[in-house]
Amino acid sequence: MLPTPSTSHVSFDNVYEPSEDSFLLLDTLSSASEVEFLKTRFPKNEAVPVIAEVGVGSGVVLAFANAHATEIFGKPHVLTLAIDINRHACEATRQTVEKASTDLAGSQVSVGTFLGSIQADLGSAMRSGVVDVLIFNPPYVPSEESLADLRDVALSEPQFKASSSAKFERDSKLLALSYAGGADGMETTNILLSDLPRILNERRGVAYILLCAQNKPAAVMEYIKSWHANWNVEVVGHSGKTAGWEVLQVLRVWPDNLPHSK
Amino acid sequence: MKILTLTFLTCARKSCKPEPTSYPLHPTSAELEIIPVDFNPLFLRALLPRLDWPTLRILCEAFGLPGLQEEAPEEDALFLQPEEGGAMEDVEVQGEKGKEVVEDVEKKGEEETREASQLAKDLHHLLLETTMQEGKLVCGCCGHEYAVKEGIANFLLPAHLV
Ligand SMILES: [Zn+2]
Repeated sequence: MLPTPSTSHVSFDNVYEPSEDSFLLLDTLSSASEVEFLKTRFPKNEAVPVIAEVGVGSGVVLAFANAHATEIFGKPHVLTLAIDINRHACEATRQTVEKASTDLAGSQVSVGTFLGSIQADLGSAMRSGVVDVLIFNPPYVPSEESLADLRDVALSEPQFKASSSAKFERDSKLLALSYAGGADGMETTNILLSDLPRILNERRGVAYILLCAQNKPAAVMEYIKSWHANWNVEVVGHSGKTAGWEVLQVLRVWPDNLPHSK
Repeated sequence: MKILTLTFLTCARKSCKPEPTSYPLHPTSAELEIIPVDFNPLFLRALLPRLDWPTLRILCEAFGLPGLQEEAPEEDALFLQPEEGGAMEDVEVQGEKGKEVVEDVEKKGEEETREASQLAKDLHHLLLETTMQEGKLVCGCCGHEYAVKEGIANFLLPAHLV
């Protein structure tokens, strides 16, 4: 078991606290089968892959991938990039990644290179085809509230003189952005999926996307396969099988030999 | 945010993406800060094929940084070449230029016997140590300005532009 990065410096008033879903992603990325897959897809002698996590929250997953790049990708030569709609999460992740790297200092293990955190809607700021590994732990809980209203709070600047109730309301909405997924819990994930073929590198790209049972993962898999015969999707991690309503799965989504690729 | 990061980003507006003028975003009123990073020439070597050299040249000019050479460097330019007359050494180095040389994964750079060149040091400084802390990133297509504050760029568009 590779150590889990510390997030003790993060305020969970307005940043998603690492939970079962985060830990499932850690376990999946470091599982023997995924390590094998990633080492094969990103051979040692080839160019540095870009690993982008969308919706980093505390940064625990990205910090894990960055700190343990040698174990997961077979090489420390990786670039990592954090994306979140919530500025507090962007700041928290920067610290989490740095802390996880310094915790390993002196251990002879080289870590990945952190490009920085950017505040953005999903992959909207990414150039086409630049992401090699995309990690997404979406807001997947079915919800009633308007996601557009929640988004407005991420656009607003925090008010230093805000009353404690105003601060609480703001923080609650920022937190809701990290879990509320609208209809079927899929509204945000569907936006990401529709942009995935653009963002992912057509030759090397692979995405890890977490879903819960209410997201109807079988239908999501069918949808991905409908893009093109060369798109693959497989369940590569799951948890909470007996826990009832929140059954989690991690899908690995990747293109192979798309007709227009090299 | 490292300067290198800008070579992966573009305007968040969908309508700008197909337009070549939306990349790179142009930095203005930029405040740069140097944040030291351990020098690792082997990482640079692996990074080299990922560099968008013409764009880096544009960015250097926009930031008022020393200009980059016109042509993207070859891998060999990152290392000092063996001295004349060191024939034995030369052969050895030639042999190491093959794929085996990247057996460095566990340790930092012990397998590369050649010394890093000044170019490698300059690239390390530019790409990995130079960060944009404050300023704006401007889309050459729609003119939208994305603010960078304390090293974090904000790409969120107001609702009517999404
Ligand atoms: Zn634009």
